[in-house]
Amino acid sequence: MPEDITLNPFSEAIDEARRQVEICNACRYCEGFCSVFPAINRQRAFADGDITQLANLCHNCRGCYYACQYVPPHEFALNLPAALNDVRQQSWERLARPQAIGRLFHERGVALAAALVAGFAVLFALMAVLQPESGEGFYAYLSHGVMVVVFTPAFLFPLFAIGVSLRAYWREIGGAPVRFGHLVNAVRSAGRMRNLDGGQGQGCNFEDGDRFSNRRRVYHQMVLYGFLLAFASTSSGTIMHYGFAMEAPYGFFSLPKMLGVPGGILMCIGTAGLAYMKMSADKHLGSARVWGGEMAFIALLFFVSLSGLMLYMATGTAAVPTLLALHLGAVLAFFLLMPYSKMVHGFFRFAALVREAQQRDGMP
Amino acid sequence: MRTKGHTSVSNDGWDLIVVGGGNAALCAAIVAAESGRKVLILESAPKVYRGGNSRHTRNFRCMHQGPLSVLTDAYEEDEYFDDLMRVTKGVTDEKLARLTIRESEKCLPWMEAHGVRFQPSLSGTLSLSRTNAFFLGGGKALVNAYYNTAEELGVAVVYDAEVRHVHLERDRFTYVDVNIRGQEHRIFGKSAVLASGGFQADLDWLTRAWGPSAANFLIRGTPYNRGIVLRDMLDQQAESVGDPTQCHAVAIDGRAPKFDGGIVTRLDCVPFSIVVNRDGERFYDEGEDVWPKRYAIWGRLVAAQPEQVGYSIIDSKSLDLFMPSVFPPVKADTLEELGEALGISGNELQKTIAEYNAACRPGTFHPTELDGLATEGLEPPKTNWARPIDTPPYYGYTLRPGVTFTYLGLKVDETARVHTISGPLANVWAAGEIMAGSILGQGYLAGFGMTIGTVFGRIAGKEAANHA
Repeated sequence: MPEDITLNPFSEAIDEARRQVEICNACRYCEGFCSVFPAINRQRAFADGDITQLANLCHNCRGCYYACQYVPPHEFALNLPAALNDVRQQSWERLARPQAIGRLFHERGVALAAALVAGFAVLFALMAVLQPESGEGFYAYLSHGVMVVVFTPAFLFPLFAIGVSLRAYWREIGGAPVRFGHLVNAVRSAGRMRNLDGGQGQGCNFEDGDRFSNRRRVYHQMVLYGFLLAFASTSSGTIMHYGFAMEAPYGFFSLPKMLGVPGGILMCIGTAGLAYMKMSADKHLGSARVWGGEMAFIALLFFVSLSGLMLYMATGTAAVPTLLALHLGAVLAFFLLMPYSKMVHGFFRFAALVREAQQRDGMP
Repeated sequence: MRTKGHTSVSNDGWDLIVVGGGNAALCAAIVAAESGRKVLILESAPKVYRGGNSRHTRNFRCMHQGPLSVLTDAYEEDEYFDDLMRVTKGVTDEKLARLTIRESEKCLPWMEAHGVRFQPSLSGTLSLSRTNAFFLGGGKALVNAYYNTAEELGVAVVYDAEVRHVHLERDRFTYVDVNIRGQEHRIFGKSAVLASGGFQADLDWLTRAWGPSAANFLIRGTPYNRGIVLRDMLDQQAESVGDPTQCHAVAIDGRAPKFDGGIVTRLDCVPFSIVVNRDGERFYDEGEDVWPKRYAIWGRLVAAQPEQVGYSIIDSKSLDLFMPSVFPPVKADTLEELGEALGISGNELQKTIAEYNAACRPGTFHPTELDGLATEGLEPPKTNWARPIDTPPYYGYTLRPGVTFTYLGLKVDETARVHTISGPLANVWAAGEIMAGSILGQGYLAGFGMTIGTVFGRIAGKEAANHA
């Protein structure tokens, strides 16, 4: 059974979302847009955990807002995309561990920028203090050993923190033991961003009022697949290094480059597109409080991918050490902020999709 | 030309002025604009409330000879016409009715081609999956799609534009007087399509027609259908159809807003309840038939009770048997407390329910079919789903009549042309609720209002385009 989160400072947003969801459950016109409405229709009463699950299932396509008869100034004052966005945002902040920094980087783009600068500083300092005696490519500026020592914990700690958050989420929404089929189902849905397709492939309502488009879906998937390619690139490099003693630098026709370069390009285009569209979208159909933090996060991802590409293009020039510090500094900031920035949405959304697959199967 | 938000209304060169901004108006405007006509839509609502009652609709009743889009199986002309005859008890114009039904089949692909998206029948409405095509997102999504299509075709739209007078010189329309955001304007046009709905939002008019009890009615749809153009045309000797004193009303949650409560205020609990009036007395067989076949009579039944109010009472056994509604029921552990919480005599309520419980007979209860579980020796009887109300907590909903639409309208012929007592008008057509009484003279058929609006909107648009 989903938990009731009594006496928490977030319950106001949950209560407002519950009020709206109960009205939606009496209407049902939006049933065909996404997974949220069929999930609502399966229930009659909504515990706090149910609302949190619905909130994380919502992809903010906004179709329901523009189709709704009850948007303000109507006295029912429905704005479901915003109400669910508030709950969703707060759930990430509430379930972040340590909770004390759960909110800062979401709300304040400046804090995120400061983290980025700190990342640069760390890298410049490391390169200044621990300059290797010898090494090839960028290992000439920072040894492989130092990179491993810095980035292994910087990658594993955030994953651990996210794991802890997801466990708390799963408990809160009353999730059941996960079966392989549920994961497959969630991967399929996320892989096509099915919940942003408007139900019939017409896309969502984001950048141009009530007109539908697939632009946001396409840009988002460029970022997602770009990120996965970049991640695969790093993984392949690690395997080549340890498994086959093939050390960087790698040529263009190597696995890390063949994966990393297109990944970086996709991420650059995708993040630029998302940022551009965010400028013309209506802030009030999202969580307006975190607009700045979201923008800063998109900018950070853009910078990570752009600096990575530039670093590759600058191979053999004098710009390498500077670009290396900038790129690795950004990557460091990005990794460490994963549990406390918009990046965490992907993990929660995936968990919500898994739970939705369970509930569609009739699991308790 | 993309006309966003406010369009300046220049006073010349309009081939067609469309009065109204709902489904029928938009269909007419789109058809005329596709023939190259210069079209102006005058919508009395502000942009956020545009679309009249179409905003609240959810489906389109459509004839089809085989599976069509989201519609299953077939729904042919004769069956459709029989359904119409059953609800109207013959108060229809067979020629116009058959025309509407036949044309509906061509409308569906046209609607899809002009931006409307359909979805399979909504949960809880499977009984309509063969006859009614549901709009993805409901009627407002349809309205949005049509406005976007109209905008792309260069149709000009002015919101907050209330037409006060449609000027006729003999048999010809020449101009409209319109109040746009408080300013009076006179706009000339070569032809006019009147698609501004019925008069159900004009409470004074309803009171004149119904008597003082109409003050307690709730209006389920838009507050902008005040019948100003209908009244203006009747004053100019336009021929009318439909009983001027009648409106279609259903029983809805008594706590609904005065206007625009729409779909979520409906209550489906009546068949599993007993319904009492202000004095705690029952007045009609709650279990006469399945709810989709009976909800339309309950508006009238409640309207006939003192203070136009009823109270539907269930116990905890029945709470999950019907669709949830927008307001939670009033809840109490005893019937006495429930009565007091609802504002009626707890004693009377308890007495009525005790009599009812004593009249219930053992048998098998089937919520989804006529189960014949009837009371014995009770007046009025409850002929199905009569289970004792004896398991606390008890729940109560207040019922009020909710007006959906009015029947009085302009008489039109099969070209949608408006007639006066001296004959047809040369350049005025009507479509939608303002003329629906020609076809639906009585009763109600789900999704048929949108069919009339679409069919006659398209006809009116085509005729007006040919005229200009």
